Amino acid sequence: MAEAVKRRQIAATKEMKKVMARHFYELDEAVKSKRQKIAWCTSTGPAEILRAMGFLVFFPENHGAILGATRTAMDYIPYANRLGYSPDICSYTTSDIGAFLKGETPLSKAYEGITSVPKPDVLAYNTNQCRDVRDWFSFYGRQWNLPVIGVSTPRSVGEVTEEFIKDVSGQMKALIKPLEEISGRKFDMDRLKKVLALSSETTRLWKACLFSASAIPSPVTFFDMTIHMGPAVVMRGTEEAVAYYQLLLAELEERVRDKVAAVEGEKYRLYWDGMPVWGKLREHSEMFGSLKASIVASTYCNSWIFEAFNPDDPFDSMARAYTELFIVRTDEVKERYMMNMFKTFSCDGIIYHDSKTCPNNTNSRYGMPQRLTEKTGIPHLVIQGDLNDLRLFSEEQAKTNIEAFIEGLSEK
Amino acid sequence: MNRYFAGIDIGASYTKCVVIDEHEAIKKFAVTQTGFDFEENAKKVLDEVSGPDGEIVRICSTGYGRKNVAFASFNKTEIACQSKGCFKVFGAEATIVDIGGQDVKIIRIDGEGKRVDFKMNRKCAAGTGAFVEEIAFKIKIPVERLDEIARSAAGEITLGSFCTVFTATEILSHIRAQVPLPDIVRGVFRSVAKRISEMDYFSKKVVFTGGLAKRDSVLSKMIAEETGSEVWVPENPQITCALGAALYAKEAFAGGPT
Repeated sequence: MAEAVKRRQIAATKEMKKVMARHFYELDEAVKSKRQKIAWCTSTGPAEILRAMGFLVFFPENHGAILGATRTAMDYIPYANRLGYSPDICSYTTSDIGAFLKGETPLSKAYEGITSVPKPDVLAYNTNQCRDVRDWFSFYGRQWNLPVIGVSTPRSVGEVTEEFIKDVSGQMKALIKPLEEISGRKFDMDRLKKVLALSSETTRLWKACLFSASAIPSPVTFFDMTIHMGPAVVMRGTEEAVAYYQLLLAELEERVRDKVAAVEGEKYRLYWDGMPVWGKLREHSEMFGSLKASIVASTYCNSWIFEAFNPDDPFDSMARAYTELFIVRTDEVKERYMMNMFKTFSCDGIIYHDSKTCPNNTNSRYGMPQRLTEKTGIPHLVIQGDLNDLRLFSEEQAKTNIEAFIEGLSEK
Repeated sequence: MNRYFAGIDIGASYTKCVVIDEHEAIKKFAVTQTGFDFEENAKKVLDEVSGPDGEIVRICSTGYGRKNVAFASFNKTEIACQSKGCFKVFGAEATIVDIGGQDVKIIRIDGEGKRVDFKMNRKCAAGTGAFVEEIAFKIKIPVERLDEIARSAAGEITLGSFCTVFTATEILSHIRAQVPLPDIVRGVFRSVAKRISEMDYFSKKVVFTGGLAKRDSVLSKMIAEETGSEVWVPENPQITCALGAALYAKEAFAGGPT
């Protein structure tokens, strides 16, 4: 039933690689020249505040994903394990700490001249995703004797009430004073508004790119988008990110107009919940492609859509945007959200990735797959794996599961 | 010349082949250890079943090695084939429990033989054939003799661990405490039945297949107890998946979906 497929390349990929290279070289140059201060930030953390205060921003989660995609994570995880960081906790954290302990980074293979991750002046987290990000940053804080500051967002939030907003917004404002001390610069509200406007535009364009996949056939798959989301994570708040997504969106809109399918002969449209298995992106993309299945939407890529951003009300709108994220919410809210997505993207099936070391980005452990299938009639499959630690992923089991699931769809 | 259709199921431990005729009657079947060379063993088992009075016109492969058989006309997953094979045998709504060498599959089929859904074990050997094989190896008793030994048990030990390796350690402590062997073996079977019953909910009828399935065996009775369902075991429980593949081969020859 499965035939080999040629993956359709996105032309903008070339530009995306340049944008990402500039991001890493700019950080590397700043470390060497000491011209600009550096902050490390969580991927859904207070990046806009950091940028507005003149920091260059590095995102360890992006580095974690690179450790996964290059399949080097397993070389490093054991080093963190020896230090007492369990193999059961976030494998971004353990692979990143392990790489640091070994004095290596995959960045040095990808970018000539870069020999290490850029050492920061401050680390700023938001626990909206999980506690692990804070523990991860705290490791480096202790290592380098650096300040670790951040926002503790409530989790499992139902309705995002004014009380939550005031709390988170207040915590964000409290970051200003220490950041002024570290940067030696005064906070400038106009600068923050400008950065937030750029972030808002980035996020609007990113959403439009993702939602182009609601077209039938879909011009793009989840696997493409996990790569193209790079600038939305690491460069939001810059002109460059806006320019990049204008370029990508134009290409995707052209594909939609011309009915160009990312998966030739698209027969099944699937939703992906949870993290990607970074070390298996290509294999997964090819496997689903060969089964004529297009993964058209995902919880994961949507995590960098921050619709609430409003430059006229920076702190409260950032607080709302970073608190109303899917990962922060209760199952009731998540289920409503997903049901809307299934409709918008005309999904025939749902794949849940139960990521062993990422319980916060795994939604299959509290009966949600069964509930949603019951409510919508859309069948689901849970595959066991991990974001970075491929030792927790059984290729053969996953393959049989996925093929059998698609076979089932074909018999419906 | 008679027309025949073959299904080859290359499992993690055993390779099974079934040949059916145009009336879907099983003409021959064979089972061999899978070993290292999937293609070679699949050929060997196919040669065993090929008769002089006809021609095999379509071959469908299934199982873990389904893509390693170049001479097969097409392949299907073992989920699809097991469903088809079991429905052919019992023709009723049921939940199939297939204990394979490396995995356990729970497949629900409706009254028309359509798959409702399926589940496989998580990445762990608990409840699988590999678990039983490992324990049999540790207590130095062939797997085939375990049922007979369990039948003579007066009691039954409780095994508390999910982990095969930890279970082996637990068993050692029972051996040291001089627990009779039959009670230990019963405990091993109970642990398999419990792991399976925890995986899903079950229809009123359970079809039990795979190398460990045997009519009226201690394990099949325990599966009935743990799931609360009536347990059916096919006459040849190891070959129902290959039978399903052979049925797909016949359908394909008639122009059905491949």
